[in-house]
Amino acid sequence: MSSLAPSRAAATASLLWALADDDFVLGFADSEWTGIAPHLEEDVAMSSMAQDELGHAAAYYRLLADLIDGDPDQLAYDRPASAFRHCRLVDHGRGDWARTMARRWLYDTANAVRLEALADSSDRPLAELVGKVRREESYHLAHDEAWIERLAGHPGEPRQRLIEALELVGPDAPSALAPLADEPALLAAGVLPVGGAELEARWLARLGPVLERTGLRLPPPAPAATAPATARSGHGPDFDALWSEFTSVRRLDPLATW
Amino acid sequence: MTTDLGPARSELRSGASAPPAVAAASDGAVGRAWRILAGIVDPEIPAISIVELGIVGDVRYAGNWLEIELLPTFIGCPALELVQATIGQRLEPLRLDPGLAIEQVVVTTSYAQPWTAERISPAGRAALRASGFAPPELTAAEALPPRATCPYCGSRRTILENAFGPTRCRSIHYCTDCRQPFEQFKDG
Repeated sequence: MSSLAPSRAAATASLLWALADDDFVLGFADSEWTGIAPHLEEDVAMSSMAQDELGHAAAYYRLLADLIDGDPDQLAYDRPASAFRHCRLVDHGRGDWARTMARRWLYDTANAVRLEALADSSDRPLAELVGKVRREESYHLAHDEAWIERLAGHPGEPRQRLIEALELVGPDAPSALAPLADEPALLAAGVLPVGGAELEARWLARLGPVLERTGLRLPPPAPAATAPATARSGHGPDFDALWSEFTSVRRLDPLATW
Repeated sequence: MTTDLGPARSELRSGASAPPAVAAASDGAVGRAWRILAGIVDPEIPAISIVELGIVGDVRYAGNWLEIELLPTFIGCPALELVQATIGQRLEPLRLDPGLAIEQVVVTTSYAQPWTAERISPAGRAALRASGFAPPELTAAEALPPRATCPYCGSRRTILENAFGPTRCRSIHYCTDCRQPFEQFKDG
């Protein structure tokens, strides 16, 4: 059990839930491409990135388990769908390849900004883990940008599909960085060194050059994606289906090991 | 009870060269553990040992516990659990040795000092090359795309085919001189 002050521990836990659930849900959704990605090398790349996200999620659940005296597998698999705290952006299902790439690019850029700030977190175990996560994520960002430019650069169906994908998932993109209800406590304790508003500004600055080069536009935010009360709740049918899939073995046999 | 804390942490952290405890023929629990660990190979690239690869961050003995600290190359590496289990099995004789007073062997992971390419020892880099893997480039570790030197002909004229490979720690390259595809062990 943690020796942190109760309010700080609770706030840190809410941050870890967000980090863990984001990567866990995105990792599972992207793993659906294994075997059916557009080409073989992409299959390897996408499967690797999905595996990375699940690995990062497992490491965050481990920190959370240490903090609240739990078990990482139980935290990940024994919750009802409604208890997940992932952001609305990753709640969208994988859709077609353009949607998957739009979702990944928007999420990875937002996550990079968030992790850059957390590298200076006053929570040592979190800051140390984030240092390692960031090195791995640099490969993902390079991959995402290559695909966005490639799809955007082909007039006709590829570009059209990407535009439609951005129109669909773009309004929910700010949900990844929307302030948590516990943000004041996180900022006061230095666990989160930079607030959500500043993180969003940094994220938009990072998207800017790519949007400009490609002539793409990011639609305005959906109100639900920016409010702390709704940015990480109200999951849709895509997530219900995903939850049903990733908990199926656990529900069938809770004691199964391998 | 003798408490053998082993080599100073700073020595262990000094990087790529073989850990001092391996060279120093200490008969303490820590020295014997290092020698056993040096004989455990990476399950995904059996040409290299986990010590040469640099994923053993520290070996500590305190309070009747022998702790092996691992530094994962990649966080989601599925081979990590296998390495942890293998270490437990191979160090079991130490635990059973009454002269060493080890109650428990624990294998932990740490990111305090993350694994990077610099931790692969010169012998490890040679072992990788000999088995057809380009070791990670030590310069510009953060630069993408990663550059690679062909392990077969030594050419620098190589092309990155895929930054992602058959395992999380490997990327796929092609040599335009000897026309061989090859893999590189990635910087984590």
